[in-house]
Amino acid sequence: MDSILALHRLHFAFTVTFHYVFVQMTMGLALLIFVLKTMALKTGNDHYNKAARFWIKFFAIGFALGVVTGIPMEFQFGTNWAKFSKAAGGVIGQTLAMEGVFSFFLESTFLGLLLFGEKRLSPRAHWAVSLLMLIGTWLSAFFIVATNAWMQHPVGYKVAANGDLVLESFWALLLNPWLGWMYAHTVIGTVVTGGFLMASVGAFYLLNRKFEEYGRTYLRVGVIAGAVASVLMLFPTGDRQGYNVAHHQPVTLAAMEGLFETQEGAPLVILGQPDPEKRKLDNPAMIPRLLSFLTYKRWEAEVKGLDAFPKEDLPDNIPLVFYSYHIMVGLGTIFIAVSLVSVLLLWKKRLYTARAWLWVVMLALPFPFIANTAGWTTAEVGRQPWLIYGLMRTVDGPSAHVSSGNTMFTLIGFMGMYALLGILFLFLTAREIEHGPEPVAPKTAIRGPEPVRL
Amino acid sequence: METIWFCLVALMIAVYVVLDGFDIGTGIVYYLVGRTQSQRQKLLRSIGPVWDGNEVWLLASGGVLYLAFPALYASSFSGFYLPLMIVLWLLILRGISIEFRNHLETPVWRPLFDFVFAGASILLAIFFGAALGNVVRGVPLDETGYFFLPLWTHFTTTGEVGILDWYTVLVGVFAFLVLAQHGALWLVYKTEDILQERARRAASLAWYGVAGMTLIVTGATFRVQPQVQANLSAYPWGYVFPALALGGLAAIPWFRSRGEELKPFLASCVYIAGMLTSAAFGVFPYVLPSNTDPVRGLTIWNATTGSHGLTVALAWWIPGMLLVAGYTIFIYRHFAGKVRLEEEGY
Repeated sequence: MDSILALHRLHFAFTVTFHYVFVQMTMGLALLIFVLKTMALKTGNDHYNKAARFWIKFFAIGFALGVVTGIPMEFQFGTNWAKFSKAAGGVIGQTLAMEGVFSFFLESTFLGLLLFGEKRLSPRAHWAVSLLMLIGTWLSAFFIVATNAWMQHPVGYKVAANGDLVLESFWALLLNPWLGWMYAHTVIGTVVTGGFLMASVGAFYLLNRKFEEYGRTYLRVGVIAGAVASVLMLFPTGDRQGYNVAHHQPVTLAAMEGLFETQEGAPLVILGQPDPEKRKLDNPAMIPRLLSFLTYKRWEAEVKGLDAFPKEDLPDNIPLVFYSYHIMVGLGTIFIAVSLVSVLLLWKKRLYTARAWLWVVMLALPFPFIANTAGWTTAEVGRQPWLIYGLMRTVDGPSAHVSSGNTMFTLIGFMGMYALLGILFLFLTAREIEHGPEPVAPKTAIRGPEPVRL
Repeated sequence: METIWFCLVALMIAVYVVLDGFDIGTGIVYYLVGRTQSQRQKLLRSIGPVWDGNEVWLLASGGVLYLAFPALYASSFSGFYLPLMIVLWLLILRGISIEFRNHLETPVWRPLFDFVFAGASILLAIFFGAALGNVVRGVPLDETGYFFLPLWTHFTTTGEVGILDWYTVLVGVFAFLVLAQHGALWLVYKTEDILQERARRAASLAWYGVAGMTLIVTGATFRVQPQVQANLSAYPWGYVFPALALGGLAAIPWFRSRGEELKPFLASCVYIAGMLTSAAFGVFPYVLPSNTDPVRGLTIWNATTGSHGLTVALAWWIPGMLLVAGYTIFIYRHFAGKVRLEEEGY
């Protein structure tokens, strides 16, 4: 791969992956904070308000980092991908500008009220603010997914005289057939993260025998949200997303599945290591014919393998597409199992005391983040070698005048900066979890008399 | 239609500078006005609920610029690669220092973020000024409409220029003074007693610098960008923009001497908007002039997208902006009045 291109790709991949850690967390929490505020309003029990307040603090830390790491995303379209921006700005400029106008203003206005407004506002008004925050964050995701969906499956455009793409139909852009299921799959994925995060902190409190009343609430809300979301990730959203890939990007499907040869009754690969040079899959563990059935609902259907496509149209990193897809699906299956067992235990009223299981729930925390990241990696690397599927190759997208030295300079800068932000984030959130939802009683009360000053 | 979008983008950028300008300005005069921990906390609290919304204007302006003039967005963002990346890092540092400073109360944590906040604010003001200077001066566009500028070369305004030359540095210093005054006037409006007194003194000092630099920078601009003179001769009604700026500038000390609190700040808003619209009027119809060959300059016509897109966008931009105006009025009214520390945040 050309080294300047590789640097530009790594630049975007690194900054967007880091950004999405905070985005998925805050989007998922926005829903769960709204759920807690709704419970507080319905029951009149202030416990739920306090429970929500803790997560609002957590949300604010993640949101601040989401904002500051989000600004570089919009900038990079122009700085690093100028030729792509010039060619596609007439179309995706619409959705990106709409995100700014319709969701960023909403979010930034109401975050202040969510944080500072609980005492100034009535309970119902503060509840409404949490709803507006949810709408803001999820609307933002809609415009971004709309932009990405257009790059996966361009619609509603026409080619202008100078070769640039301009908008032909606004509604085609917003009603892109790729968009609906991708959006649902994306936002529900953030609820998996939010649910598992909340349940994990709840399990931690119960295991640690601190803030147990809150621990139970967090566990209950978290596992139920996690269970519903995990199931919806597989069916219908994952299934329909897979259908779109199979029909519009069959070569991507072949790379995801590690299917090198076209065959009837294609197997579903569970594990294995693709060898793109020898065009085969090492150590395969598979279920015969299942891929054909899942894709076409017929056991004997023919599925096109990588051999059915010209070499220049294959994704340039087949193993990464294969692994990221399998990590996503594998973890997604585990999430369904873990959260359904948790809900079952909750229903049998044994969850809060099943300490061994609480360890599992607590330690599950990192995996939804990994699964969501793997899902996006599948979508983005799977789309290669195209930047806009079928229209513009990635190699034609970067800024022509930005040298590899300058790109590496800023990449290193972002890596250093984000390492710092990551440490700050872990430090501040760990502190919030340590402090917990209730103010701790003054230390002097348990420590006895003050030590004598010397 | 292109002219309408030129005006809308200029308007959004002006709103951005006026709004984010006062919270950047608060950072510039931060050490001057706030001497103790609780005083600095008060200064931050005065911008706490609104700074993020102010910064959104930058993102929204960027988005709308991208939508209406994709070729300009592509050319200018890639050509100003290095300074934009530095601006991004400064925005990141500044954002986290505002948000995270009050999480810990230790003698190490708070002074650290105070320093980052003030330093990033000062550098941002200078960089934004220099950026504006670059757009007015023009850049060495090639025949494909792209360019790339190093941070500096030999500090002259012709030929192989860099981001920083004598003119853009001048505009950077000018922006620093303008925003310092703007932030100080904001603090006069939002604080009381000793803080207000110090802010008032900082503002009156800054005013002399701003007034002097207005003359110098205006003179330099006529020399660097001939289009300004041409536009004013062709369309004399354009004198309304500089008149607005001068009116605002004159009104600031007048209101201040009468002990007003909000009006000097509003006059400063008018002054900034007047200066920016003067600059926009001066370079029109260019959106990015060339400093080597005027023919290569990007104009509103050769940098724009298809007309359907522009029409559709206007249909959602207008209701969108009405909503934004609603939020903005709501949030400023909700947090109106002097800042007090006893109101607990999180």
